[in-house]
Amino acid sequence: MFAFIHKLGSPPHFWRLSGTMVPWFSWFAVVLIAVGTVGGLWVAPPDYQQLDAFRIIYFHVPSAWLSQFGYVVMAAAAAVGLIWRIKLAHAVAAACAPIGASFTVVALATGSIWGKPMWGTWWVWDARLTSTLVLLFLYFGYMALRAAIDDENRADRASALLAIIGVINIPIIKYSVEWWNTLHQPATISKIGKPSMDPEMLVPLLVMWLGFTFFFFAVLMVRTRAELIARERNKKWLREVIGRG
Amino acid sequence: MEFLTFGKYTWYVWSSVILSFVVLGANVWMARRLLRSRMETARRRLAAEEV
Repeated sequence: MFAFIHKLGSPPHFWRLSGTMVPWFSWFAVVLIAVGTVGGLWVAPPDYQQLDAFRIIYFHVPSAWLSQFGYVVMAAAAAVGLIWRIKLAHAVAAACAPIGASFTVVALATGSIWGKPMWGTWWVWDARLTSTLVLLFLYFGYMALRAAIDDENRADRASALLAIIGVINIPIIKYSVEWWNTLHQPATISKIGKPSMDPEMLVPLLVMWLGFTFFFFAVLMVRTRAELIARERNKKWLREVIGRG
Repeated sequence: MEFLTFGKYTWYVWSSVILSFVVLGANVWMARRLLRSRMETARRRLAAEEV
């Protein structure tokens, strides 16, 4: 197990592996997102209450999922980097932040666009919306902290601590709709056990969710490769890779 | 062209779709640009050292 983690944590191994996986993940993402978009916009029937406005769910939910999943991946990678001093883990954490932040913006914006016709307002200081806004500020704080410290090792350690502390916000976002009285509806996908959606509506949502997840990992690998070039610039393996073109 | 309309929610649905695809595209573009520029910098550095 530890041998596997150490092999995976080796930058040259990651470079080779990601070089093979990025095209596969990208194509899976393109196909799944295309299928999910067609299914969500034109195959799924309109909701009996929200009519066609509910179709925003096919973009809002996968974005909201990535905003939280991205943070968990970032915090987990930061913890691995901090505890086991695996440099690749810090590179992964640094690469997660801009992707997660961008999807948090999409989740907030699409939620706001959906809220206007359904709630009659673009924004309310409701527990789910406010905790998601805090998540966006945590991403910004993480990126600002990294950028503010010149020494790479210190930047890695300080930003890792912030990422780990900030992970407390994830269960707050998840359970905000149960702990507090909110305008936001309760969870949709986690109710697969007792379906709250018709399969015709649920399947495109699951396809989009999978497509967005493949997309996240494809972009994460590209960004991690870019991080590795900056971090491993004096290493022999990278000089050989760069030299080969 | 009727399939492009979603009743009185057309604007809301399409603005969410467009925003999502713009951000997906921007993520790809920025990640690729970052990788290319880091690669270029490293290559220039290597070439300068060899001279």
